[in-house]
Amino acid sequence: MDMSNILNLTKILLEGLGTTLSIFILTLVIGIPAGIVVAIAKNSKCKIIAWITKIYILIIRGTPMMLQIIFVYFAPYYLFRISYDRFVAVIIAFVINYAAYFAEIFRSGMVSVPKGQKEAAFTLGMTKTQTFFRISLPQIIKRILPALSNEVISLIKTTSLAQIIGITEIFALAQKQASFQFSIVPLCVAGVIYLVLCAVITFAFHKAEKKLDYYTIT
Amino acid sequence: MKEIVKVENLVKKYKDNMAVKNVSFTVNEGEVLAIIGSSGSGKSTVLRCMNQLEKIDGGNIKIDEDEMIKEYKNGKPMYNDKETLKKMNLKCGMVFQNFNLFPHKSIIENVTEAMITVLKMDKKEAEEKAEKLLDKMGIKDKKDAYPCNLSGGQQQRVSIARALAIEPEILFMDEPTSALDPELIGEVLKVIKKLAEEKKTMVIVTHEIQFASQVADRIIFMDKGSIIEMGTPKEVIEKPKEERTKQFLQRYLERE
Repeated sequence: MDMSNILNLTKILLEGLGTTLSIFILTLVIGIPAGIVVAIAKNSKCKIIAWITKIYILIIRGTPMMLQIIFVYFAPYYLFRISYDRFVAVIIAFVINYAAYFAEIFRSGMVSVPKGQKEAAFTLGMTKTQTFFRISLPQIIKRILPALSNEVISLIKTTSLAQIIGITEIFALAQKQASFQFSIVPLCVAGVIYLVLCAVITFAFHKAEKKLDYYTIT
Repeated sequence: MKEIVKVENLVKKYKDNMAVKNVSFTVNEGEVLAIIGSSGSGKSTVLRCMNQLEKIDGGNIKIDEDEMIKEYKNGKPMYNDKETLKKMNLKCGMVFQNFNLFPHKSIIENVTEAMITVLKMDKKEAEEKAEKLLDKMGIKDKKDAYPCNLSGGQQQRVSIARALAIEPEILFMDEPTSALDPELIGEVLKVIKKLAEEKKTMVIVTHEIQFASQVADRIIFMDKGSIIEMGTPKEVIEKPKEERTKQFLQRYLERE
């Protein structure tokens, strides 16, 4: 195992970094707001909406994500003979999956904000939207940051599942190199890249938690 | 004297339990009305119905000229339109037992929040007004602190300033001193007294009978969801007519 091989491997694997990060960022940017919507839907007074949401969360959390990715990409083809871009399929599958998990995290934050906060906002004449964005949401975010960081860290590693429908991200490249070289070194190099990414995410969440430390919720 | 609030035959049910039974009273401008009674007597529920925190099951509540319930259809109350309800809501300020300050906002932001978002006041103008209110509550020096850094008494004074920020015609207080340590009760009662002297219209639900008799123009004694006795502090506290009022006051005196 020489240094130049490792450097070379790193270079090759980092060609997949863009794809890995794209899946990661798009899932967060679309999945978090979607999760908020799902959380609100699950708390909905309309029984049908709440019921549908419950079934959705049950299915998503109850089946392997690998299956979900394959289903999202191939089902339209088998059912309607429609084929579409693999990357789009991966993003759809990831958003559908992560929105369910984000929703549960978000819901735990929503129920933990005391009822009195909403009542106080109401008696001051604030609208429901104002109350949600200005009063509830900041407190929800503070409460759910630790749970959210867990999920976000898991997401960066889960992006490796995208290769199941032929997306070339870091781990797919590493496996290819591993069979070329008949060695586990490429997989280890991939592992280090994931580790570095996770370290960055952990640091970012730590900073965010510190920033919200200026108040305590009683 | 102008009548600000009129409660007529108010009924509130929780499932089969009647929490409030046919309660009627009025509040005049500049008057301080205290509602006393033991826990579960329905006194807080009456207050919560008046500012729309609870839906009512019977009767009506009038604030100035506006009525909360437009009509009854098959015995079900039909609430008035949104705009009227909002207008009524803004005429009422509320002080909660547990303060319910916004923990993520500084003291001054707690007070300016509704002025900016609801009354659409300019931020600077709102801050000036908030400082005046905090000054009046004797807590201006804490304006940049956060609720978690304040004592209960200080928090409650901030919450009174916050309630006054929207310039309500009437201020409701739901057991404003019940969550406080004994040594902090005095500072809150002092600012409430000050407001009473300024002829701020208030309805105060309280356990502090001594305080109620000092500050209130009229006192209502409630038990099991009904008004048992209503009158001046002299009539209700010193010379109660009803047996239940006498028992309640007796228990209170024994505890003291």
